[in-house]
Amino acid sequence: MLHLIPDRNKHLNPDGQRELKGGLPEAWPDRFQHLAQKAKHPLLRDFYQAGCVDPETPLDQVPFVAMDFETTGLNPQKNGIVSIGLVPFTLRRIYCNQARHWILDPGKPLSAESVVIHGITHSDIDDAPDLSRVLPQLLEALKGRVAVVHHRGIEQPFLHAALKARIGEGVTFPVVDTMELEARIHRHHPLGWFARLLGKKPVSIRLADSRTRYHLPYYAPHHALTDALASAELLQAQIADRFNPDDPVRLIWH
Amino acid sequence: MEVEQVEIYEFLRRFVPFKSLPEEALAELSRNVEIAYYKAGSQILDVGDAVTDLCFVRSGAVEIYRRNGELYNRMSEGGLFAYQSLLMNQKVRFPVKAIEDSLIYFMPESVFRPMFDEHEEFADFFEVGDQSRLRQAVSRREDANELLTSRITTLIGREPVLISCAATVQQAAQLMTDEGVSSLLILQTEASEPYDEDEPYDFKQALVSSSDGSEHKVCGIITDRDLRTRVVSQGLPFDTPVEEIMSQGLVMINSDEYVFEAMLMMLRTNVHHLPVLKKGRPIGVIALSDLVRYESRNSLFVVSSIFRQQTVEELAALHADVQASFVRMVNEDANSRMVGSAMAVIGRSFKQRLLELGEEKLGPPPVPYCFMALGSMARDEQLIVTDQDNAMVLDDSFDPALHDDYFRQLATFVCDGLAACGYSYCTGDVMATNSKWRQPKSVWEQYFIDWIDNPTPESLLNSNIFFDLDGVWGRTEWADQLQALVSRRARRSQRFLACMARNALNRTPPLGFFKTFVMEQDGQHKNSINLKRRGTAPLADLIRVHALAVGSRAQNSFDRLDDVIEAEILPPDRGPDLRDAMEFISMVRIRHQALDIEGEQEPDNNIEPENMSHFERRNLKEAFQILSDAQKFLKFRYQPNRAN
Repeated sequence: MLHLIPDRNKHLNPDGQRELKGGLPEAWPDRFQHLAQKAKHPLLRDFYQAGCVDPETPLDQVPFVAMDFETTGLNPQKNGIVSIGLVPFTLRRIYCNQARHWILDPGKPLSAESVVIHGITHSDIDDAPDLSRVLPQLLEALKGRVAVVHHRGIEQPFLHAALKARIGEGVTFPVVDTMELEARIHRHHPLGWFARLLGKKPVSIRLADSRTRYHLPYYAPHHALTDALASAELLQAQIADRFNPDDPVRLIWH
Repeated sequence: MEVEQVEIYEFLRRFVPFKSLPEEALAELSRNVEIAYYKAGSQILDVGDAVTDLCFVRSGAVEIYRRNGELYNRMSEGGLFAYQSLLMNQKVRFPVKAIEDSLIYFMPESVFRPMFDEHEEFADFFEVGDQSRLRQAVSRREDANELLTSRITTLIGREPVLISCAATVQQAAQLMTDEGVSSLLILQTEASEPYDEDEPYDFKQALVSSSDGSEHKVCGIITDRDLRTRVVSQGLPFDTPVEEIMSQGLVMINSDEYVFEAMLMMLRTNVHHLPVLKKGRPIGVIALSDLVRYESRNSLFVVSSIFRQQTVEELAALHADVQASFVRMVNEDANSRMVGSAMAVIGRSFKQRLLELGEEKLGPPPVPYCFMALGSMARDEQLIVTDQDNAMVLDDSFDPALHDDYFRQLATFVCDGLAACGYSYCTGDVMATNSKWRQPKSVWEQYFIDWIDNPTPESLLNSNIFFDLDGVWGRTEWADQLQALVSRRARRSQRFLACMARNALNRTPPLGFFKTFVMEQDGQHKNSINLKRRGTAPLADLIRVHALAVGSRAQNSFDRLDDVIEAEILPPDRGPDLRDAMEFISMVRIRHQALDIEGEQEPDNNIEPENMSHFERRNLKEAFQILSDAQKFLKFRYQPNRAN
């Protein structure tokens, strides 16, 4: 995942998502039911038909899947996905043996600056498949689980845009954003003028810094699988720290 | 598509024992790790949890506690825990708690176990240099057995039912029916002296206070079986006082004892009801049927059936039952002490029954005698593959010309009978049929005095066995007297102890220079290890030397070791180590024999290391190492070179 936070927020609501919002039910399970009927592509129909975790499900019973994308840039319309990492987990265990990692042909030019960040080069993607080839496995891995990302401005919008471009319809699902949770926990109040005067900086909610607060080990960033694992561990830590295992999942998802 | 868990792989690679794994294996392990985060103060493993993973501290720190809450170990990044439980398929014994925010890697057994078996160096990590592991292996078996860990009181369902000795058998039968019990304790009608509070309680007598405050002694017991065999079948009138048919000379047991002790007591005395005393007062009666739930169903029944057989042929036919009871005990996780005692009691019962039958056949003995068991049976360490080692002590009025014919015939009858029952003849001819070992008491005393006062390693080489002796039949007190003579005299003779020590060093454990097994190189058992010759026998030998040196009168190796530890002649911790080593090697030997029997093979003492689990092999090496170290200490302490 990329960590150029200041530029990101403007992509929070890409066009595709706004379109979908018209007339959609508020609750996620209803929305899934509605979309299951509306979706045309069989894979998507399948995905929605598998249903959504009930919003009242206690956290310790929720099947999560941590997800991280490395991309060629920050704009879902202009940039593509170069790699995807997925790690299924629950509050009790993170299951590395069910983890998935794909390197993909982004279908968009690989910029030099992004290569520096994620380390995936032109030769790596020469033989890489297009997202459409791994879509069945990807949707299968997300099915029935609650996605966990660090900063929801990337994965879901990118996936939505990529699907729209390939099969003519996008995808939507609830996500837990560990960055947003971290902001909730550590940025209750904006810094006052006096703190700013003293040169205090706002608490960093970047993935690596957030992990440090929970004494989680340092992982080299920008490997989709490692970042997904890092987010999974972070959510376990955040919940252990600030929530009860029987709190409903709706408290933390979007 | 193989998923590379780079972070996990790179991290594990930095730590022993993972660095010794080949890349492929480590990658495989990394891919299969499960992870969980534990906030400081939260519980990672609770006692009784099933252990399915090897646990690794990725970051943070954990503490492991003993059951009593004492800190056992503290681990940080790179630390491994729960592997003992995992390797032994047991549940969590020591709870583990995060003392810092911790990230724990769990490596599932299905992945870890093959690596453990395939990569020697990796496996070594879990084995080397942890003395406590053997003890854990041993104590697990003890824990697993309810017989050893349950107190007798757990078997007591209700208070004893009492009746006056003046009551009639009909009243007794009525009371038993009303109360639904199978036994009654009988009270003396006249009052007894109350207990002197300052005196220790005597477990040979029990008192009951009546409602008027007077104390009455328990003078006997009757059981429903007694009503059948002593009243109904004898045609006695129903108004016979219970006093006339009750069993006297009660065998009773203290309520603090374990169920196992009760079982042994029933085995030894062949009674089926044991009154249980607490502070000298009966609090209940346990019946054979109570134990059957707990017990290796069988050894009790084997003993009682031994005494019902009328001929040698019938006794010999019990051989299969004996083997079956042995296998059952092993499968029910009995420890070596229980198996050894039970088998010794069975062996003793065969001797007793054969002597009864012999006396029936040859008439009463012309002079009193004592039949002695020697060696493993006397030590209560008998197993299924065993020689008969026995001897006879005759009254000093013995006249060979007049009496020896009788005792020779009796000895021959018993030894042949034992051979028929599966106890093969002693190759060293240590049997009562050998006239040298069928002698008057005064001669026996002189034998022991000669061995102890004028020892040579050669003269003692074949007489080791006489220093484990137990009276089985007849004047058993003579055997006690011989034991007393030995314990008084042996400790004073440094030369005797030096000779015994020298002989105890004749058989060394099968360990090579690099902690490898040294196998037998000849004969039909090539490439195997004789666990008796190389393990339990040298252990028993060296424990015997220490026991003689401290004047212990115990015969059983574990009892002897207790006396030796109490006398503080061993370096610290060596005593418990020796006990663990003895227990472990014995159990391997016992399990091996049980497997042979189940596989319908002739059981023996030879084991091929390649047929053992990795874990068993490692522990066995450690046990042999303890024996080897103990032999070095023996050499140092008793200066066996001075024996020349």
